[in-house]
Amino acid sequence: MIRAVGKPLEEIIGMVQNFDRILLAGCDGCVTVCEAGGLKETKVLGSALRLYFTQAGQNKVVDETTLTRQCDKEYLAQLGDRIDNYDAVVSLACGAGAQFMVDMYKHKVVFPGVDTCFIGVTEERGWYTERCQACGRCILADTGGICPIARCSKRMLNGPCGGSEGGKCEVSPEMPCGWQLIYDRLKTLGQLDRFEKPVDPKDWTSSRDGGIRKIMREDLRI
Amino acid sequence: MSFMDIDTPSKLQKIIKAGHLAVTSEVGPPRSADGKVIEEKGNLIKDYVDAINVTDNQTSVCRLCSLASCIRLKLMGLEPVLQMVTRDRNRIALQSDILGAASFGINNMLCLTGDHQHFGDHANAVNVFDLDSIQLIQTVKMMRDEGRLIGGHEFDVKPQIFIGAAANPFAGPNVELRVARLAKKAAAGVQFIQTQCIYNMDTMKTFMKLMVDRGLHEKVAVLAGITPMKNVGMARYMQKRVPGIDVPDAIVDRLKGVPKEKQADEGINIAIEQIEELKEVEGIRGFHIMAIEWEEKVPEIVERAGLYPRPKVNGG
Repeated sequence: MIRAVGKPLEEIIGMVQNFDRILLAGCDGCVTVCEAGGLKETKVLGSALRLYFTQAGQNKVVDETTLTRQCDKEYLAQLGDRIDNYDAVVSLACGAGAQFMVDMYKHKVVFPGVDTCFIGVTEERGWYTERCQACGRCILADTGGICPIARCSKRMLNGPCGGSEGGKCEVSPEMPCGWQLIYDRLKTLGQLDRFEKPVDPKDWTSSRDGGIRKIMREDLRI
Repeated sequence: MSFMDIDTPSKLQKIIKAGHLAVTSEVGPPRSADGKVIEEKGNLIKDYVDAINVTDNQTSVCRLCSLASCIRLKLMGLEPVLQMVTRDRNRIALQSDILGAASFGINNMLCLTGDHQHFGDHANAVNVFDLDSIQLIQTVKMMRDEGRLIGGHEFDVKPQIFIGAAANPFAGPNVELRVARLAKKAAAGVQFIQTQCIYNMDTMKTFMKLMVDRGLHEKVAVLAGITPMKNVGMARYMQKRVPGIDVPDAIVDRLKGVPKEKQADEGINIAIEQIEELKEVEGIRGFHIMAIEWEEKVPEIVERAGLYPRPKVNGG
């Protein structure tokens, strides 16, 4: 799932301080799972903002809501009858959700309430790590099920580089070397022979380098 | 394909093919527009080496560019080795620079992935890594042998480049994988390698033995990387702080065992002993002496290691 972290309160205050009626819109999707922008975090942010503005002697309305998902129109549409009660919205969905809200409510100021980080997994509660960079052309079948694009800090397709030491990346002693993981995995699977064939330059057009990406599923669009 | 095949005008290739032990060294460009630094460093070592590497923004610190420095050396009549990392340029820029280098008669390249920008003076920069070092090797080979760019464009005037890369026998996961990675570079088309700085002779010899067992030493000419220690502080720093460098305690202890004012001499002594020992190792075809900000010591090392005078080759 997409992983995000809440923005610092000071940054959010900086964004909304010139508005009097503010709606905080959480999302029940990914950001709820990683506890960055779900109902609980939206309520906590609302309380903090109200406390701040009350102490600052500013009379503002700060309300909270959450939507099932902000990346689907039918749920965003549920705000339609009340969004004009507010001058600004802080979306605690991922960057996609926040932008989809802008698409639907073009006249409304929408601020991001979280920093969207990556597609990742929950190692433990509160500890998330990246696994996929959505390059659009999955190569896991060739690399023992471990992605060098997401997990090598130089996204090398023929790694490991000379900075791999003791299973760690040259960037940080806490960071596992992605190619050490691939090597260990290929060894476990008895597929080390795969390693020695040079992998050609990747076609990055299916990644962000090809411009804005879209999926058009004709089978679903009947 | 091996270093014996695909003749290029490279003097380095000719020396290796003639069976001489090659000697290369490197100059690091300045962090300013002062091109004279390159000339001065080049002049310090030119009579003692066969070719001179120019580093490409090494350790991710922004410097005067390798290509311009190599052109400067070439115009001085010297033999540059263009180091090129894939960190900062995509395939368009890399191929463009290769064509530019070749247009000035630069005949040697060292294809590298490059240190992560995290180490350098622009840690906030985006990195590129459109290609990795092995894909850069493939690219240079294709441009040279087929006259073709990755995008498919074909051209007549081809770069004539002796293709090099790095190898680090001391990095993870283990020395077997390091030989496998060298085999991969050989399959991609590399003709010579310059190794990471060698301090652990046992691991280096294991690496070479595994290479010889697979016949890789007949395909790829290995130039052993030698970096003299200036003092015990440098040895400790490289031991503890530099990823991928293996400095045994014995080296640190030996430097510690001599008075401070003698440590530089001892560092040079160690380097010369390493060269003498590695000369006897099958598959070693030369030395790459990286005297970091200590270029003035290269002549002494080359002379005392019995590698002077440098051989003359036709056209070299």
